[in-house]
Amino acid sequence: MNRPHVLLAMIGLLVLCPRSWAELVVEVTKGQEDAIPIAIVPFNSPTEAAASFDVSQLVSDDLARSGRFKSMARTDMIEQPHMGASIAFDDWRRLNNDYIVVGQVQLLGPDRYNIVFELYNVLNRQRLLGYQISANKAGLRLASHQVADMVFQKILGVRGAFATRVAYVSVLGHLPNKSYQLLVADADGMNPRVVMQSNEPLMSPSWSPDGQSLAYVSFEGKLPTVYVQELKSGERRRVSARAGVNQAPAWSPDGKKLALTLSTRDGNLDIYTLDLASQALTRITDDPGIDTEPQWSNDGRSLYFTSDRAGGPQIYRVGIQPGDKPRRLTFQNSYNARPRLSPDESQLAFVTQEEGAYRIAIMDLRGRGDVQVLTRGHFDVSPSYAPNGAEIIYASRDRGRGVLALVSSDGRVQERLVSSEGEVQEPAWSPF
Amino acid sequence: MKRMITIACLLAGAVLLAGCPKKATTVQPPTAGSQVGDSSSTSPSGGASTSGGDLGGDNSRGEVGDATGPLARKVIYFDFDKSEIKPEYTDIVKLSAQTLTGRPALKMKLEGNTDERGTREYNIGLGERRAQAVRRALMLQGVGETQITTVSFGAERPAAEGDDEAAWSKNRRVELVYLP
Repeated sequence: MNRPHVLLAMIGLLVLCPRSWAELVVEVTKGQEDAIPIAIVPFNSPTEAAASFDVSQLVSDDLARSGRFKSMARTDMIEQPHMGASIAFDDWRRLNNDYIVVGQVQLLGPDRYNIVFELYNVLNRQRLLGYQISANKAGLRLASHQVADMVFQKILGVRGAFATRVAYVSVLGHLPNKSYQLLVADADGMNPRVVMQSNEPLMSPSWSPDGQSLAYVSFEGKLPTVYVQELKSGERRRVSARAGVNQAPAWSPDGKKLALTLSTRDGNLDIYTLDLASQALTRITDDPGIDTEPQWSNDGRSLYFTSDRAGGPQIYRVGIQPGDKPRRLTFQNSYNARPRLSPDESQLAFVTQEEGAYRIAIMDLRGRGDVQVLTRGHFDVSPSYAPNGAEIIYASRDRGRGVLALVSSDGRVQERLVSSEGEVQEPAWSPF
Repeated sequence: MKRMITIACLLAGAVLLAGCPKKATTVQPPTAGSQVGDSSSTSPSGGASTSGGDLGGDNSRGEVGDATGPLARKVIYFDFDKSEIKPEYTDIVKLSAQTLTGRPALKMKLEGNTDERGTREYNIGLGERRAQAVRRALMLQGVGETQITTVSFGAERPAAEGDDEAAWSKNRRVELVYLP
């Protein structure tokens, strides 16, 4: 009865499973009305390359999924140029396109491809981008996301985040036989890989700033333990298994420390920092209330966290130097928790309770601290910013099932990622 | 090896059962209690540690067998966002305290849980707070500090599935589990 638990945990530990798991399917639930019309013309490809991967379709899907673009359907295209010189701009203009991408996939040698593409402004016929990316067959997917990233950045002035990844927890099965997986998928939900699996809960994945490792909490030994796992090798290290609570790991911006939540013998949760090389532990907060869910500022000098020292949970900020007094940031609503800082530190995303529902809110950190509630669900939690700050991924529920959802950080675009099996929760967007 | 441990547990369980009063309300004489406790804890807890502390509550439940046995897993339920033990559960606390004080070698794990509402890590804190409320209540009745450990699963290990109060009320709980 108990042995399979241990075995499964060990297998998960050793294997970064190459098999394909249930993929996440993206549905755009609310698009932007003034989305930019763009035509991604099918790339000319040698048969071998075309059979393996449709580069232009993925670029088109990425841009459409962002909600900022409206990709023209292929069936509406009356011609298919592959280079700038053969674009009949007037035709594309009549079809109401602002931009057009043309290109081709060239075969350079055995398992070696070259993606050549150009981006034009249809209105003034200006060539905005001309670029080539080479890749092997397995790398074509990533290379296609990079094409979409470049187009996105050129037109919007914001770096695209299509070539990034998302870590999340998937829960399979029903009581009392649930199993938990920690997965990493491409930002579009494709290509999921199992990092760890267990018959006991897995939670709180946190990316190292270099995107190479994840810290997370595992209950595989029936007690909470914080692990750090390198993704490529699958190697992992137990970094905190102290008596009591070991929770909420958050990587410092320099990658040298973890902030985490530990408890005293009488169960008081406070925030500490752990130096990963020396194992030196520093206590940051000291209050009889629950202090948890730490998140670093970009300069590594302060932490945002949740505390119920004033009654209900609210968000505070504290410097990590000894003796600094926490300052409360949230006052609207009686429940505000799990802060996440936008990459440029202009916004703070968190979970707020209004009308009995839990929703994702953002606070403006540069102005007067205005709060805007971005989502309309009942169980919207675990917000995590895309590394370009344009979107927030979070966990939601849809007809009694855990799903992941996305909202643009201005609230205008909303999408849902549904897994074909089980429930998904606790998304964490990777760095670039 | 595993089978031998199981047998050892079953045997120890049988010894325990034989030594226990049939009615849970009877107060155990301390001397007899500690003797039984000692014999029960030496062999199975040795087995448990070699197999990685994985022999949790399931085992003690299987060991004692029936749900009304004195060493069966017990559950205390809580109101939303509360960690006060309601009057209807004071008997569970009292009986557990009697069992534990009667057998100082016996150990108990308190598993704190919450419903799914709210953020996951803050819920870990709330689950711990509930487990600590039960721990304090047991210690006030004389249970030794070293006999009790706590763990919080927050909202991660629900007892019932569903997005409604019927499920939530079953999930806001502390499970009192005797360790083998």
